[in-house]
Amino acid sequence: MLVLAGIAVILAGFLLRFNPLLVVAVSALVTGLAAGIAPVAILAAFGKAFNANRYVSAVYIVLPVIGLLERHGLQERARGAIAALKGATVGRLLIGYLLFRQITAALGLTSIAGPAQSVRPLVAPMAEAAAERQGVRPGGDAIPAMAAATDNIGLFFGEDIFIAIGSILLMKGVLEGYGIVIQPLHLSLWAIPTAIAALLIHGGRLWWLDRRLARAA
Amino acid sequence: MIGTNFIYSVAGLMFWAFAALSAADRANPKRFGNAGFYALLGVSFLFGDRIGDTGNGVLVLGLVAIAGSGAMGRGARRTTDPRERQAEATRRGNRLFLPALVIPATALFGTLAFTAMPRMIDPKQITLVALTCGVILALAIGYAWFRPRPAMPFSEGVRLMDGVGWAAVLPQMLASLGAVFALAGVGQVVGDIAGAAMPDGSLIGAVLVYAIGMTAFTMVMGNAFAAFPVMFAAVAMPLLIGRYHGDPAIIAAIGMLAGFCGTLMTPMAANFNLVPAALLDLKDKGAVIRAQVPTALPLLAVNIVLLYYLGFH
Repeated sequence: MLVLAGIAVILAGFLLRFNPLLVVAVSALVTGLAAGIAPVAILAAFGKAFNANRYVSAVYIVLPVIGLLERHGLQERARGAIAALKGATVGRLLIGYLLFRQITAALGLTSIAGPAQSVRPLVAPMAEAAAERQGVRPGGDAIPAMAAATDNIGLFFGEDIFIAIGSILLMKGVLEGYGIVIQPLHLSLWAIPTAIAALLIHGGRLWWLDRRLARAA
Repeated sequence: MIGTNFIYSVAGLMFWAFAALSAADRANPKRFGNAGFYALLGVSFLFGDRIGDTGNGVLVLGLVAIAGSGAMGRGARRTTDPRERQAEATRRGNRLFLPALVIPATALFGTLAFTAMPRMIDPKQITLVALTCGVILALAIGYAWFRPRPAMPFSEGVRLMDGVGWAAVLPQMLASLGAVFALAGVGQVVGDIAGAAMPDGSLIGAVLVYAIGMTAFTMVMGNAFAAFPVMFAAVAMPLLIGRYHGDPAIIAAIGMLAGFCGTLMTPMAANFNLVPAALLDLKDKGAVIRAQVPTALPLLAVNIVLLYYLGFH
């Protein structure tokens, strides 16, 4: 039971708004000590896992290119392109992006889009430009936040259809631990019903957003 | 063989460029905090495999000390203003999209091409290697077209990186915390509690505990990967599969997706929820989560229904 103190540290640390890196480090220390692991061994285990997970932070290599293009007007051009497109609405634009993200993620192409690669330079400015034409006042959080949310939802409920993605391999490994051998394809097929539901639910919200804006205008 | 060594060298050198530019930014009172943080990240990418487990642990303590003491702040480097950008956007037109699209296009074709050369390119890292190639190609096009000063792309990159700040390494930190949790046997204890909370002899009760447990534990850990082995061992294996003879593939696949619904609702999933809010300069750092909850909750309900009706046939 004592090892659960680490989870309590995380919850308390977040509620009291301490720096999350500090909270995570303290939680690791508390958990390790509660389990009777020596402090140096905790440090080594943490360091080893940190090193093994560097690929998570490797995606930031796109920032210099994106920053350079922004300096030369990429976001403004993205707005202009949408403003010139008749019939473009924030809902239709994001439904299209949701489909694109789900399909490409289902093919294993998870890193071709993302908050740094596509949402900040392209999708968010386009969504804002479309929404402004529908009467949304510029500068609010709601439209860019919806663009980022659409990116996440498309990714999460598309990637599990791909057979070689991390979560599928993890499930295969866990099941094998219990002597149950299942082909990755069999696991990924059962991600399809939820993927369709995600498209309908989130797509429905985006369609509703368009209707709401049309009625308010 | 080209693999992580190539990707990590590029990332390490970039973070060192960020560190040098941050240190030289006299207008930023917190410039040395930023510089130290990026320099340590550069060391992690370039030399992480050579400094040993304890060395990496000490490196993490350094990152935590800088971030935890509030020593980081946004740089004050000048960039173009909105009017200059608008003028340039009009002048350059749709060609501005090309370098941005080179990255996904190279990632796509590279992924397909590299699959055919398993001896040259590490098959496990194909997409990231292809993405890195795309970034280098796009950067080369940017240099040739805009003719910026050599440091300019990195100066613009550090402007975006400062917006993300310490949150950049939170996902990596949480993955490491998960490793310590595993070592300490936290999963076992959580599993025992979930097992004890189980209403006896009720299939729908067991399905609910499994799906909602996946969501809740994912919200605490920020990652469904950490929650899955725990909830699978505690509820799915002994009850859903053992007692009620559910289909293991369906129970595993849809249980994982119930966990993904939790990822949409938690600040602990920093790379998906906090980093985009920082990158988009949102005033409310919880805005992305609030945009996701109305999709995540109905989708969780759908997953529970799918588990119940598809899982036991």
